Amino acid sequence: MVPRLVAALRGYGAPVSSPSDRDRADSSAAPPVTHATARRVVLDAGGRAPLLPEARTAFLEALDQGWADPRRLHAEGRRARMLLDGAREAIAASVGARTPEVDLAPSHTAALHGAVRSVARGRRRVGPQVVVGAVERAAVLNAADFAGDRATVPVDRYGRVDPEEFAAALARPGVALAALQHANGEVGTLQPVGAVHPAARAAGVPLLVDAGASLGHVDVGDDWDLLAADAGDWGGPGGLGVLVSRSGVRRSPDWPEDEDRWFPGGVGVPAALAAAVALQVAVSTRSADDASRRRLVDTVRTRVVADVPDVDVVGHPVERLPHVLTFSCLYVEGEALLAALDARGFAVGSGSACTSSALEPSHVLAAMGALTHGNVRLALPRGTTAQDVDRFLAELPGIVAGVRQAWGVGGL
Amino acid sequence: MTTVDARGLRCPAPVIRLARAAADAPPGTELTVLATDPAAVHDVPAWARMRGHEMVGATEQDGVHSLTVRTHP
Repeated sequence: MVPRLVAALRGYGAPVSSPSDRDRADSSAAPPVTHATARRVVLDAGGRAPLLPEARTAFLEALDQGWADPRRLHAEGRRARMLLDGAREAIAASVGARTPEVDLAPSHTAALHGAVRSVARGRRRVGPQVVVGAVERAAVLNAADFAGDRATVPVDRYGRVDPEEFAAALARPGVALAALQHANGEVGTLQPVGAVHPAARAAGVPLLVDAGASLGHVDVGDDWDLLAADAGDWGGPGGLGVLVSRSGVRRSPDWPEDEDRWFPGGVGVPAALAAAVALQVAVSTRSADDASRRRLVDTVRTRVVADVPDVDVVGHPVERLPHVLTFSCLYVEGEALLAALDARGFAVGSGSACTSSALEPSHVLAAMGALTHGNVRLALPRGTTAQDVDRFLAELPGIVAGVRQAWGVGGL
Repeated sequence: MTTVDARGLRCPAPVIRLARAAADAPPGTELTVLATDPAAVHDVPAWARMRGHEMVGATEQDGVHSLTVRTHP
């Protein structure tokens, strides 16, 4: 089905290529993707998790019921508006906010850009500075550079900022906004937002908390003035972000006026409804999912160190998300390792330079002083079984050894 | 002092070249690796930490990173 769609696109002359295609001398020689040969074990759900079945049902239903433009005044438009407002209301209830405080964005990146830009603009009389942690998402760092003067607070080897250092940085004169993520999506480490938020409040500086990797997986609490999140990460459809802004936060768009003031053009009603349903499901099963995934990640953490020589396990062992684990294998090329794992049926992520189109290593691993090559990033989707993880752990040592052997690095 | 030229090589090649030189060197030797790969700036100190070597210095000129370690005694 998918290859047929891609072939149809090619037939219309649309260029269909991926960054990796550019590097291959002959992209037609790439192995075909097949899912029939071995059962796939997907351990890469960060930012794009498999769609929850309830979300899929809601999405299809909303395609029929909510296809109209919610800005229209006729019955069909009003029905779409009702579904959209219902989605916002449900999301608001899930994060402990009022419905008018919730804005839906066309992506998590857009939510973060909008938050940084609108607060930097709204508080420009205070000053141009945006204080951020060193391991914030690229969208936050880039928006801070774009909209103001970025002041970056370093992290320790676990990827955490020191709350006192962060508090001191945001209390300096001229700070429009501070941004500290709830937890890091690459390494899983939780940030001390509970210690930082009172300091931000005392300084009168709004705190943006990026919960893109946390919401739906752990309780994100209420230590924030703006909260951003990602529906694709919690099991909703990709391409829908959330920004919740407490009513006292001074914001002003630095983009053209639109009826949808904070995210011009609005979002698709089916995606919004499916995202809200997915969040309700994720929150209702959160504690059971937390317990099982936390146990599996602990197993991986222990066994990877025991079974694979020269591995650097990254991130905090306890103060972390339940489902995320990252480790780096010395002398191993990340791209080769990912390809070898993929060929054996495992989908994992990586922060190694050779796996990114920019050929720069993950700024998160770099800021933590962690090894950046040979990096494997796991984010376990809900429903990951002990059998999935056991199969991964059984095959990983041999796969790593195979890649090392190809490079002739035995005994180094 | 020994210099390892890993300019133009991508990760993990600069670290592997440096590790080969370290394996042949007597303890306490200062080794400098030259690399253009931006990942080497992070990976050489991480490798030194994992192997118990000491990071002595890191400089950059015209896109070439010069990273020096002292092998552990």
